Amino acid sequence: MTLDIAGILARWAVPVFVAAILVAGLVKKVPVFDEFTVGAADGLRSCVKVLPSLVALLTAVSMLRASGAMELLTAAVAPLAQKLGFPAEAVPLALLRPVSGSGSLAMLENVYATYGVDTLVGRVASVLQSSTETTFYTIAVYYGAVGVKRTRHTLGAAVAGDLCGIVLSSLAVRMLMG
Amino acid sequence: MLNGLWVGIMLLSLVAGAATGRLEQVTNALLAGGGEAIQLSLTLGGAMCLWGGLMRVAEKGGLTTLLARAMAPLLRLLFPKLDPAGPACRAILMNMAANLLGLGNAATPFGLKAMAELEKANPEPGTASNHMVVFVVLNTASIQLIPTTVATLRLRYGAAAPLDILPAVWLTSFASAAAAVTAAKILGSGAGLSRRRPRPKARRAREKAAA
Repeated sequence: MTLDIAGILARWAVPVFVAAILVAGLVKKVPVFDEFTVGAADGLRSCVKVLPSLVALLTAVSMLRASGAMELLTAAVAPLAQKLGFPAEAVPLALLRPVSGSGSLAMLENVYATYGVDTLVGRVASVLQSSTETTFYTIAVYYGAVGVKRTRHTLGAAVAGDLCGIVLSSLAVRMLMG
Repeated sequence: MLNGLWVGIMLLSLVAGAATGRLEQVTNALLAGGGEAIQLSLTLGGAMCLWGGLMRVAEKGGLTTLLARAMAPLLRLLFPKLDPAGPACRAILMNMAANLLGLGNAATPFGLKAMAELEKANPEPGTASNHMVVFVVLNTASIQLIPTTVATLRLRYGAAAPLDILPAVWLTSFASAAAAVTAAKILGSGAGLSRRRPRPKARRAREKAAA
């Protein structure tokens, strides 16, 4: 039942969204093509603005992943995570998730292949990947696009949210999927 | 904050690379990082143009104003000092809608548009305003109704019911977003107090004006 509704939503979201925008434009007699190109040029400009932050961030992240530092960190954090009821096998994913989107997706596949999808680890990993974002990438790109240098308490609040997500993902799976 | 984090990650990688004997791989990653970023921005660029254009049409067609009117109570709660019908709120809503529907590629262009509008209204350009912090944190916490990518992967790896994780995802994602926003609000009010002190640059300008 949920699967049906979700499947329908996933299939129809983009077409309906786009159709609604275009129809509203036609009704209001907007010169749709002209306005689209103006907006597209804006999009291109912000893409160029974001590029320097993107280079800085992606370079640092690929260095981090190549260095083996994540493995060292995982070994250090795993015992603590297990005390909180978080499966040790999902710790690498939890550490990588805020840093790298493509990296954490590859890690998720690795978890599925090694431990199975419908296991505790597989489920916690799925929930974690779905309910958090690539935190550092988002912060760098959003602020980089408008040239904001002092981000104040953004990082602190974002990390608080991520920690909450990590702890809750294993709690929620145990509670709701026991 | 980002300065320290960036330098920290780079130095940590170099030291860890030397310690684990992977210094060569780290150097290769350092040299390849720029190219990766350009590739990513090419992919991103297409989506930015497409959704930037559609956003503009939605604005002109009055669709975003309609959305803003419907969501005004939520907006007032999250962004108390922002005009719910203003351009910033309209872009914020499009960003939230795209996130909820799982359209990650669309969420970013809307989000950047929202940031540009928030920066226009920012009393201290170059320093994140409280509104910006709440908005960015909403995006780092990601509220998503249907995790399409994960569901596809689960299906491929033989999950009995790929979307049986939904209730757990909703609980986790809403609770962690609420935690992040609460943290942003609490830390923001504290920073607000310390900001009453005149900052050195403003003070210098005033002394110059007096002299």
